Amino acid sequence: MSEHANNMHDHDHDDHGHHHKETFITKYIFSQDHKMIAKQYLITGIIMGIIGIGMSLLMRLQIAYPGEPSAIMEFFLGRWAEDGIMDPNIYLALVTIHGTIMVFFVLTAGLSGTFSNLLIPLQIGARDMASGFLNMISYWLFFTSSVIMVASFFVAKGPAAAGWTVYPPLSALEEAQGGSGLGMTLWLVSMAIFIASSLLGSLNYIVTVLNLRTKGMSMTRLPLTIWAFFVTAIIGVVSFPVLLSAALLLIMDRSFGTSFFLSDIFLKGEVLHYQGGSPVLFEHLFWFLGHPEVYIVLLPALGITSEIISTNSRKPIFGYRAMVASILAIAFLSTIVWGHHMFISGMNPFLGSVFTFTTLLIAIPSAVKAFNYITTLWKGNLQMNPGMLFSIGLVSTFITGGLTGIILGDSALDINVHDTYFVVAHFHLVMGISALYGLFAGVYHWFPKMFGRMMNKNMGYVHFWTTAIAAYGVFFPMHFIGMAGLPRRYYENTAFPLFDDLQDVNVIITMFAIFGGLFQLVFLFNFVHSIFYGKRTVQNPWRSNTLEWTAPIEHMHGNWPGAIPHVYRWAYDYSKPGHDQDFVPQNIPLKDGEEELQH
Amino acid sequence: MVLVLVFIAVWQITKIFELSQVGADNSQIANDKDNKINGYLMFGFLVFIYVITIVCFAKYGHMPLIGNAASEHGTGLDVLMQISMALIFVVQIITQALLYYFAFKYRGEKGKKALFYADNDRLEFIWTIIPVITLAGLILYGLFTWTEIMDVDSEDGDPIVIELYAQQFNWKVRYAGADNTLGDANVRFLNDYEGKNVTGIDDSDPSGMDDVVSTTELRLPKGRKVLFKMRSQDVLHSAYMPHFRAQMNCVPGMITQFSFTPSKTTEEMRETDKISKKVDVINEIRREKNKTLAADEQLEPYTFDYLLLCNKICGTSHYNMQLKIVVEEEEDFNKWLTEQQTFAQVIQ
Repeated sequence: MSEHANNMHDHDHDDHGHHHKETFITKYIFSQDHKMIAKQYLITGIIMGIIGIGMSLLMRLQIAYPGEPSAIMEFFLGRWAEDGIMDPNIYLALVTIHGTIMVFFVLTAGLSGTFSNLLIPLQIGARDMASGFLNMISYWLFFTSSVIMVASFFVAKGPAAAGWTVYPPLSALEEAQGGSGLGMTLWLVSMAIFIASSLLGSLNYIVTVLNLRTKGMSMTRLPLTIWAFFVTAIIGVVSFPVLLSAALLLIMDRSFGTSFFLSDIFLKGEVLHYQGGSPVLFEHLFWFLGHPEVYIVLLPALGITSEIISTNSRKPIFGYRAMVASILAIAFLSTIVWGHHMFISGMNPFLGSVFTFTTLLIAIPSAVKAFNYITTLWKGNLQMNPGMLFSIGLVSTFITGGLTGIILGDSALDINVHDTYFVVAHFHLVMGISALYGLFAGVYHWFPKMFGRMMNKNMGYVHFWTTAIAAYGVFFPMHFIGMAGLPRRYYENTAFPLFDDLQDVNVIITMFAIFGGLFQLVFLFNFVHSIFYGKRTVQNPWRSNTLEWTAPIEHMHGNWPGAIPHVYRWAYDYSKPGHDQDFVPQNIPLKDGEEELQH
Repeated sequence: MVLVLVFIAVWQITKIFELSQVGADNSQIANDKDNKINGYLMFGFLVFIYVITIVCFAKYGHMPLIGNAASEHGTGLDVLMQISMALIFVVQIITQALLYYFAFKYRGEKGKKALFYADNDRLEFIWTIIPVITLAGLILYGLFTWTEIMDVDSEDGDPIVIELYAQQFNWKVRYAGADNTLGDANVRFLNDYEGKNVTGIDDSDPSGMDDVVSTTELRLPKGRKVLFKMRSQDVLHSAYMPHFRAQMNCVPGMITQFSFTPSKTTEEMRETDKISKKVDVINEIRREKNKTLAADEQLEPYTFDYLLLCNKICGTSHYNMQLKIVVEEEEDFNKWLTEQQTFAQVIQ
């Protein structure tokens, strides 16, 4: 790889003239250009996002109005909602596929895939990814897995319905649940392909960041976006293979009669032959990826907002070193906390103590990050572009959602709120909404870089403020119904008069959800419309320091027409005294007597 | 129909934008006017968060929301919960205020210059060390509580042993009988005795002969420590008893454990302030709802009972896998237990 890297630098000048003619297929479909692949990831991610959010609205309707026939259900679910009443199995399927799609397909591939691909070469000063070919394969594997996941809705007994965690035995035995037949097979195949895609992508990101940085771009001058993408890729490479092994063992149990996760089971009047396995083993394997996955989703969003908040505050990001250190600390801790999902799984309570300790430690780097964001705003000159609004929104939901983690991470307190709506509220705010805000912030901010046009800012404002109201309106009250003991993943709560007094809250939550869901259409319209009719952008619309804005607006292979720019300073010289402008791009040499900040 | 309406709405909204942009500069980069409007909206949003917090706490904040704990360890757990909630409440109020106030106060203006302020080791140290100290306290408190609750094997309090047996989609209870020892059991015995052996007791183990199985309710003696042994015959379930602050997964192929001491009988719990108020509210809701329902669909008035719920996704009827729990004085419990058929009697 490094040889390849050197070549790229050596050929700085003549690279441009050499590449061959492109056909429609090599340019738009099987493209090896990182910018095109980023766009492919983004658009696929947005389509999956529409499906995933749509599913959540159907679930909210069901929870708010159980047993009431509705034409909406019948329209979207067809034979799964005869006479307009949702089938309980399809409710669980929606829970499952909504979770899977949002976590993996939207917030992992859609977020990391888009912005790692777009920004890593452009911000470190490289012609392209280390391997454009692997990058292309990575996208097409992701696309294939997306198609398979969506296709699982069209099999006779429905898609996987054992929750996104697919715990066996429920997910392993078709007799236990209809969705555990072909639907579950498709889920596993789709995820295996997805993991392959993610690994190819991550390896590419790591190699590119390590080897292809332009002259002067030391690790300590990397923008925080790149730090976040880089560390995220490392977490992915460490933990995704473990999920792959869990999936493979589950396939063995399902199809070849092994007993890795199954033992002593009696179903439909028959004793099954499985002996000696344990579902708890699966839980360990699953969460060994499952928890780091939270940070795979969140860190890129934090990286993106670090960059956007600094640029739009016209101030250096506060505590660059502390920000990098906290990313590294979070990444390390994220791999040793998975057991907090399993306090009451039947594992040894002493393990619970250990995981409580490591889990609550994560609050420390998280707090450092939150305070650094807030201090970055202090005495700034805040430019309220839509990307900035979503970034501030992220800090807000990251705090609100993160704080309740102190309760859930405490094994003793987890006993009574485990698997209730308290958990749903917590993780939706801290990883779901926060990462989604990161995604939106990134799209608004780098849209000009991707499409050469600007998105409409007023629609952006409407989109942010309605989404912000909806996010708190949906998830804030949800904590309280969780504390009142309402379990999640219930098709309806009418079997428990005990919870009758929570129903009005559920209706309000659903109202907010529909309100928020509808206003996502403003974003969708703005996005599609701006691709074709948006106002043409200037080269550096946000007056930003990072290298991607030194590249021409028109995309080209190799990113820069002449030599790759060299880097002389860090990415955060905003409003630096002694300069006429309030920004100094990284490729501007230090003035005589100017000192680079020690960081 | 709905879709059509939605598209019309979006079209209308964009129309409004287009109209509002006439004459304005069309750069799509925030100008002073945008900064000002959004700055004020930031402040407004802080107010919104405070309002929603106040409303939620006023309406649902009478902690604990599900009534006071009905188990001995539960009371301590509620105290820890309240301390944690108070702490995160304070942090939430302060940090959100700082965030949105700064966003409002420092909104951009042309010609204004931001402060070049990149680092301060002392500040970083302060907001590292404060969470460290606070969390150290919380972790220690939490771990002591946890260790105490999970110390299920101790013989203190002479626990009686009860098995919770889960299957799709109901619960069964097995009492250990006079010898307080559960007989060995395995799913391979479930088909013995024409299906009468519903929890799969091994008839070669004498300690199982006096076991008592109930499928209708879980009875518990007040003031006596209960050691639960959980089993499942098919998929994962979770035995959730929220009023006792108790939960443990039921895992096929292994026996999991939890223990607590019930501290209020069902009757006593019904008379507590919180529960009687809650029941009144619920019955009022049900009365209102009955007005809209046909005569044959009328809802029964609700009386409070402790419940055992399934809290781990387990299939189609997961949402209705429940069992009534009755807590009574120990002599009533013992009397009831001796009236039940033992396993030996069932299989005769």
